[in-house]
Amino acid sequence: MICAIGLLGLVLLMVILIWQAAGPSIKAFGFSFFFTREWDPVHGRFGALPYIYGTLVSTLLALLLAGPVSLGAAVYVAEFAPRKIKNILGFMIDLLAAVPGIIFGLWGNFVLSPWLAGSLEPRLEHYFGFLPLFRGPATGVGMLAAGIILAIMISPLITAVSREVLEIVPASQREAMIALGATPWEVVRRAVLPYARTGIVGAFTLGLGRAIGETMALTMVIGNRPQISASLFAPAYTMTSVIVNEFTEAVEPLHLAALIHIALVLFLVTLLVNTVARLMIYLMNRRVKKWTV
Amino acid sequence: MFRKLSLVMLSAFLLLLPLSGCGRQAAGPPGSGGKTVLLNGAGATFPYPLYSRWIDTYGQMHANVKINYQPIGSGAGIEQITKKTIDFGGSDAPMSDAQLKAAPGEILHIPTVLGAVAVTYNLPGLTGHLKLTSAVLAGIYLREIKKWNDPRLTALNPELNLPDQNILVVHRSDGSGTTNIFTDYLSRVSPQWRERVGKGTAVNWPTGIGGKGNDGLSRQVQANPGAIGYVELSYALLNNLPYALLRNSAGRFVAPTLESITAAAAGAAARMPSDLRVSIVDAPGENAYPVAGFTYILAYREQADPDKGRALADFLWWAVHDGEKMARELVYAPLPPEVVTRVEQKIKSISWQDKPLLTAKE
Amino acid sequence: MDRLGAAGYRETNERDMGKSGISLYSGRWRQIHCRMMTGLCALAVLTLLAVLLIIMTYILLQGIPGLNWQFFTRPPAPVGLPGGGVYHAITGSLVLVGLACLIAIPWGVAAGIFLAAPRRPGPLAALVRFTADVLSGVPSITAGIFIYTLVVVRMHTFSALAGGLALAIVMLPVVTRNTEEILRLVPRGLQEAALALGISWWRVMLHIVLPTAARGVAIGITLAMAGVAGDPVPLFFTALNNNHFSLDLTQPMASLPMEIFRYAAGPFVTWHRLAWSGALVLIGIILLPMLLARIILPGYRIRR
Repeated sequence: MICAIGLLGLVLLMVILIWQAAGPSIKAFGFSFFFTREWDPVHGRFGALPYIYGTLVSTLLALLLAGPVSLGAAVYVAEFAPRKIKNILGFMIDLLAAVPGIIFGLWGNFVLSPWLAGSLEPRLEHYFGFLPLFRGPATGVGMLAAGIILAIMISPLITAVSREVLEIVPASQREAMIALGATPWEVVRRAVLPYARTGIVGAFTLGLGRAIGETMALTMVIGNRPQISASLFAPAYTMTSVIVNEFTEAVEPLHLAALIHIALVLFLVTLLVNTVARLMIYLMNRRVKKWTV
Repeated sequence: MFRKLSLVMLSAFLLLLPLSGCGRQAAGPPGSGGKTVLLNGAGATFPYPLYSRWIDTYGQMHANVKINYQPIGSGAGIEQITKKTIDFGGSDAPMSDAQLKAAPGEILHIPTVLGAVAVTYNLPGLTGHLKLTSAVLAGIYLREIKKWNDPRLTALNPELNLPDQNILVVHRSDGSGTTNIFTDYLSRVSPQWRERVGKGTAVNWPTGIGGKGNDGLSRQVQANPGAIGYVELSYALLNNLPYALLRNSAGRFVAPTLESITAAAAGAAARMPSDLRVSIVDAPGENAYPVAGFTYILAYREQADPDKGRALADFLWWAVHDGEKMARELVYAPLPPEVVTRVEQKIKSISWQDKPLLTAKE
Repeated sequence: MDRLGAAGYRETNERDMGKSGISLYSGRWRQIHCRMMTGLCALAVLTLLAVLLIIMTYILLQGIPGLNWQFFTRPPAPVGLPGGGVYHAITGSLVLVGLACLIAIPWGVAAGIFLAAPRRPGPLAALVRFTADVLSGVPSITAGIFIYTLVVVRMHTFSALAGGLALAIVMLPVVTRNTEEILRLVPRGLQEAALALGISWWRVMLHIVLPTAARGVAIGITLAMAGVAGDPVPLFFTALNNNHFSLDLTQPMASLPMEIFRYAAGPFVTWHRLAWSGALVLIGIILLPMLLARIILPGYRIRR
């Protein structure tokens, strides 16, 4: 009980201290901080929009890439894999989920980016260049690289958690479907996945959280330029990266405050993501209740 | 029973982690000659390779002094010395008047070595070095000069066959002392740059893409034909990057070399104020390279702890005399003799309760 | 998953059938469709593992040449001199993570027990659970800045203690939520039987539920440890880093992720090699307890 309240207190203290430290920036920019594109440390004008955009888009991209693959992998390991390799597969994915981000960053920086610049991006531009998404100089560092690295990082995590969720679906759910003559896929699609949906949303929320909070790996591949560009090849910037990049070089009090202000925004975004996930789970449960009644 | 055992094992395993470390401590440091003094420093990344060599060499001669320097950035060096969380700071840029005022005591600026910024580019098939003036360089970074065969460029380089190609500007994405020196230079020579962008460790770039660190930046330049960027000189020399010759205030085109940087420092020594805070970009002198700067160690004149203060003063004294001799090997430009004599005065003034602490002999 | 397939599915479903969920397509098509989807799922596993194995192999290939006895037993050499190791960083990482564990495990497990307690779900529990979720989503840099303003600035020195605290904050919500989840999986009957005997709920938790779930809790803890052991970000403004071997908790302390970052960011090829070897050692250190926990720890295996 005390420990639980202590946890509450800790988070409250964090918010208060960060709020205090961000004070000068909050006073100077207020709400316009969220909508301003400019980031000019020399003249003391700060806006968080490009960073918010970078964080959201790179995370979204990662979820688009990692989501289907992770869910498919989780379903395979939990439902279809032969018993012998099932444990090994599950264990490997668990281990990979624990590999730290900085290591993916190293790999992304030394291997992925040059490969993107040298072969993937020119090809994408050649075939899909009519879309603004795939235009611009192929530098290898940018939104695309960030999305891919994030996807690689979060997919073992989403897979591992989704698998656990799928495995606690009671056998009775499956058996009922099998009794109706369903194929194994139909069992998954109509019984297992709906039953486990809240858990799967939870798994995606975890992945989302890790993607939003990831710092080192992204800093090494995203190109670190605060701009909003339609092209996936263009460099971008995320909230976490700008804090790591500039926190140690900031000397003006307002610059420091603006960076901490971004940390506060990040806190809010996390809060929002968690609230939305909660709400989704709640709505899904309600809908199901309505159906079954 | 079995289950309880597992709990015990689990906690034992987790407790053993830190304890296994503590066990070694007793056998750890040999109690050789009095108290061991620990000095913590942090700040600029640029001089870190040299400082790490200094610390190692000095540590071998003085077993009771342990120095720890962490390259976390010039801004952090200034911020942390102001907050007194470290014993000395490192910074590529001198502290501003406002920053000095914010500090709880008088902070000394001790120049240690010199850094310079080389302009590098990727123009395949080019023979000879590109020549640039400050106005043209500012024009490129302001995106007023967009093509390599712009008349302003070809006029400076009649002997080079510059291609009809777009210029891709590359800059540092992380806050950096290198950016500070580079933008300081552009601000000094171009009013328009001063107006629109200004100088700082991170600025609002009018154009271009960013690369993280010298490494990331030079990779961007090498990957994109037509690119131009700026890197620390030692990085350019160690990696054999092509560099441009820049026109200095005497009107000569000068290559970035250790000699031309030391020349810039010597040229600027005359106008150095008593607190040694000076920008040496666009320095006077026949052979002075225009984009250079001192890197400083920051320390309080009045030390809180006499043992630490003494160790720091002795180390600094050693560094600017014997230490300077190692600079060339690691591609740093040593201080010119004119500046060393000025620095000596500063180190002698480090004191505890108004008593000077330096014990090293001249 | 094949989006078109799923959409088509729903359409037929809603049109022709009740709630049984069985499509009215011919049996043959359903078999093929099933095979196809199973195949896609298998493909997903293969893609995932292939990409990750490529990365791991690459790190192995880059890291192994730099591994030798010196690497494990010596502090770092200055630039330009050969040799040098990460001894100081390995011990530093162990101490920092150990410190974090000392704080986060008792706290997190206790909070987890509170959340999983068998009583009506009150608003407090919901709030704490929500807070823990938010905290686990908060980027580790926030924890670093927090401890920096709270501890480092007041103590006037960067210290291992501050580093341990920052890591503990990152670990805490993970341990809490994981403990709760695992405890909830312990069969209800077990608890109810004990409660029926009139034993207070916390005794039931401590003597029956917790030991039953010990293995799961421990595995969760190793996961949380893995999460913090590889993250340099909370250490930047807390434990900083140290060129020397140190066990003094009031002084800056080295750690593997900080050393890897320092080496990777540097401009020297020799440093990059050290970074790869360091990364390899780090992976080893992280995965070892996870493996050990799974192999050695006895206890009731909860079907997850």
